[in-house]
Amino acid sequence: MAFNHRNLIDITEYSADDLMLMLRTAERFRSVNERRVKKLPTLRGYTVVNMFNEPSTRTRSSFEIAEKRLSCDTLNFGGSSTSTVKGESLTDTVRTLCSYKIDLIVVRDKHAGVPRKVADVSGVHVIDAGDGKHQHPTQALLDLYTIWQKFGHIEGLNVGIVGDINHSRVCGSLIPALRTLGAHVTIVAPATLRPARPEVLGVEHATARLDEALPDLDVVYMLRIQRERLEGAPYPSLREYNMLYGLTEEREKLMRPDAIVCHPGPINRGVELDSFMADHPERSAILDQVYAGVLVRMAAMYLLLGGSDDGLTA
Amino acid sequence: MADTARIKSVVMNADEIERALTRMAHQILEKNKGAQGIALVGIVTRGDTLACRLAKKIKEIEGVDVPLGQLDISFYRDDFAIHLSPEVLSTKIPFSIDDVNIVLVDDVLFTGRTIRAALDALMDIGRPRTVQLAVLVDRGHRELPIRADYVGKNVPSASNENVRVFLQEVDGRSEVEIIALEQGKRAGSAPLGGE
Repeated sequence: MAFNHRNLIDITEYSADDLMLMLRTAERFRSVNERRVKKLPTLRGYTVVNMFNEPSTRTRSSFEIAEKRLSCDTLNFGGSSTSTVKGESLTDTVRTLCSYKIDLIVVRDKHAGVPRKVADVSGVHVIDAGDGKHQHPTQALLDLYTIWQKFGHIEGLNVGIVGDINHSRVCGSLIPALRTLGAHVTIVAPATLRPARPEVLGVEHATARLDEALPDLDVVYMLRIQRERLEGAPYPSLREYNMLYGLTEEREKLMRPDAIVCHPGPINRGVELDSFMADHPERSAILDQVYAGVLVRMAAMYLLLGGSDDGLTA
Repeated sequence: MADTARIKSVVMNADEIERALTRMAHQILEKNKGAQGIALVGIVTRGDTLACRLAKKIKEIEGVDVPLGQLDISFYRDDFAIHLSPEVLSTKIPFSIDDVNIVLVDDVLFTGRTIRAALDALMDIGRPRTVQLAVLVDRGHRELPIRADYVGKNVPSASNENVRVFLQEVDGRSEVEIIALEQGKRAGSAPLGGE
């Protein structure tokens, strides 16, 4: 079994075998995260740069924890403190960083395509930690991991993604990855937040009616309503959005007995998700997702930096 | 590996493996003055299978169930070559190793690098009172100052040979074979597959 990826930028480049290898590797890191010494010497001597040019709390902290638990040296870099503010181009910034002999760059940027550009310029390994409205592959991996752990398989599951599909980079990675692994994907959104041609995303069903979709779903994946992108008024008010698309206590009754609720965070309580559902002891997988974030990021760094199995006996 | 390798000789058959393990179980009990305070930890894969067999023998002899665990050392290897494996390997030690006499079990002792990694992995889990080493085969060629406390059989081998252990539970047959490597290929320390 070979793993021949240098980067994790576009999840559509990953086969079903690659994705499952990621998940199985993540599983192996679980026991480490549950013992007293939560650290492995595996990546000792490797240097990882976290280049976050856009605000991020959970993705960034989860990458940092993953790096520290694998014993990498890390450099946090980005935002307003860097020389991009002084007019330096991305290319020059990346070349400068590479002169420090680094091994991997984790890139978060508000512009789609930046991670690819960084990979081309730097020649080192790159992980996309979210670029614009394009992709967020490690988020998709942690979602897949959570679903896999809950159901024991992914193939054949009905996954419904509810909310702002148009602005979602989570969808950009999660939908193709779910399709690669054989899950069925339904998107549920008002027409104003739904792509005109959902089939391009690989989606099998698209609907505006949550109540009709809910009884068929194994996984109800609620997207965050991005209040900062309210311009153009895609829906009349948050209250109305909650009435039509919010996962409420009332709607819980429509769900399958073993269906789970996922959310990439941060949650707008009372908008897309009522507290009853967000904190539901059986259905809510939200904190499992956060936990899985560390595991899959450890797996991604381990597999990318470790290279492939060349069949040699070491 | 299998397609380029050639079996030179069978150095232990199933019965011989069983007899060696019986003797090792007695030696472990003799050295530790019984089964109290000891635990067996096998290195995956095959070390864990051997540890399981040793635990059964200790139960037969002494009537005691000794704690049994398995250790995955791939994240501690000094060469950091990934040996991708289709099965999920993981460390499972469902008991505290603090102040316990740990008997580490592996199939083949070769360069000693696997054992070095295993010692590091154990120390991250806890602080055992002692760590002892039991191996089915010692084939020599040590690269580190490591020796085994219990040895099933010493098998002198050349560096262009490989020593492989097959066990019923994993491979469907029990045997220790010396395998001739293709010319120019050098045997390495045993990675996960025991190869």
